[in-house]
Amino acid sequence: MLNKTPLNAIHHNSGARMTDFGGWEMPLHYGSQIEEHHAVRRDAGMFDVSHMLGVDVLGADAPVFLRRLLANNIDKLKDPGKALYSCMLNEAGGVVDDLIAYFFSPVRYRLVVNASTADKDLAWMEQQSAGSAINIIPRRDLAMIAVQGPNARAKTWRALRGSEAASEGLKPFSATEFNEYLIARTGYTGEDGFEISLPDSATATLWTHLAEAGVRPAGLGARDTLRLEAGMNLYGSDMDESVSPLDAGLAWSVDLTSPRDFVGKPALLRNGSRHEFLGLLMLDRGVLRNHQVVKTALGTGEITSGGFSPTLNRSIAFARLPKGIHASEQAEVAVRDKWLKTQITPVPFVRHGKSLVRFERNDP
Amino acid sequence: MSIPADLKYSKSHEWARLEADATVSVGITEHAQELLGDMVFIEPPDVGRKLAAGEECGVVESVKAASDIYAPIGGEVVAVNREVIEAPAKINDEPYASWIFKLKPANVAELNNLLDAAAYQAVVDAEDH
Repeated sequence: MLNKTPLNAIHHNSGARMTDFGGWEMPLHYGSQIEEHHAVRRDAGMFDVSHMLGVDVLGADAPVFLRRLLANNIDKLKDPGKALYSCMLNEAGGVVDDLIAYFFSPVRYRLVVNASTADKDLAWMEQQSAGSAINIIPRRDLAMIAVQGPNARAKTWRALRGSEAASEGLKPFSATEFNEYLIARTGYTGEDGFEISLPDSATATLWTHLAEAGVRPAGLGARDTLRLEAGMNLYGSDMDESVSPLDAGLAWSVDLTSPRDFVGKPALLRNGSRHEFLGLLMLDRGVLRNHQVVKTALGTGEITSGGFSPTLNRSIAFARLPKGIHASEQAEVAVRDKWLKTQITPVPFVRHGKSLVRFERNDP
Repeated sequence: MSIPADLKYSKSHEWARLEADATVSVGITEHAQELLGDMVFIEPPDVGRKLAAGEECGVVESVKAASDIYAPIGGEVVAVNREVIEAPAKINDEPYASWIFKLKPANVAELNNLLDAAAYQAVVDAEDH
């Protein structure tokens, strides 16, 4: 039996094609995933992301606990509402999950974790918190709607009366509490917008008001192509418990400079970075997919996330490649019975509606 | 769900239409395009290739997945539809107007081995349950 979000009936009534995602019945698309993708890049789209779990970390030992639990440094969060992306590592330096941590006060933080890993994450946190004066509270009473796109904030303000005054001053990667809503200027698309946590009971009303304000419902299909273009990792594809964040393009989120100890730090220091994690841009005709083999001048690698970029109108991918390989070099990818040409590129591919890709040769 | 009565169908979701010039056009059904989602890439068989009935002969790729195309009947490939190959979304919009390739049948009677609209409807219904 799949879990259902408070918007499940609305999705069905909107003609969504539903799919099992991490044990949840979620919308894949509402007709055309490519049109939903363009709506987010050009105007405003909304995603039901209620399957993700908010976890409150409360108590006097919260900073001490999170300093040790997270690979990024929670001490970077000084202003209430400020958010931080971080991996949570195991002792071997593999990624248990990636998450966003919000700081409200030194005794109150919230972590937002992935749906498919939520139970495992809670067990891990409980285990790591033994003896600490903290409470770990899963907030299964909350839902979440992500409103993303260049017009997302303006349309949200139209849909949610009074929210403009509360949230117009929000800087990227910060949040504010407004009545029963937590409005965060965060997202997973490379566009401006909000992620709004709210009680289950208020979710259908906000969704309906957003739709009336001209925000287009978008499914997990568009969410995946948007995050791929935006150079954002997907847990389970680009990294998991067997992969170091240093081999998954996440070194920027790992704080190895502060003297603080955290779970997995000794393993990271011991192993260092053993792979390059870069983008691939298809030069031939065809579509890159997860797990395809990549052949480079320095040996083989693997695509961790591949798909079609509606903005670039060609296929793109993330790949784990041999150490020493650089962007702008070429690589070949095994697609069925052929080796197709790709160009290695930095990520992201797209940000704020604009292509960041530089072609080293002409279009195919 | 549209399943035109004047076409023949395969269990692997291709449709086949006998044209006035005695060639057979081949495409994928509305049901197939709906399962796959937005089409982004088509790899048709080469013109001149001789295919046996049921032979794997091309690929359609959507945002979601790649799916093989099989020859519904045997014959020689005499044309591929450049217009659809350049704009694969046409398959989503008009699956039965968007033929992918045309065959000169080796034996036109092989069309009788394919499903008619009612039998194909039964295949689709069985998949949905």
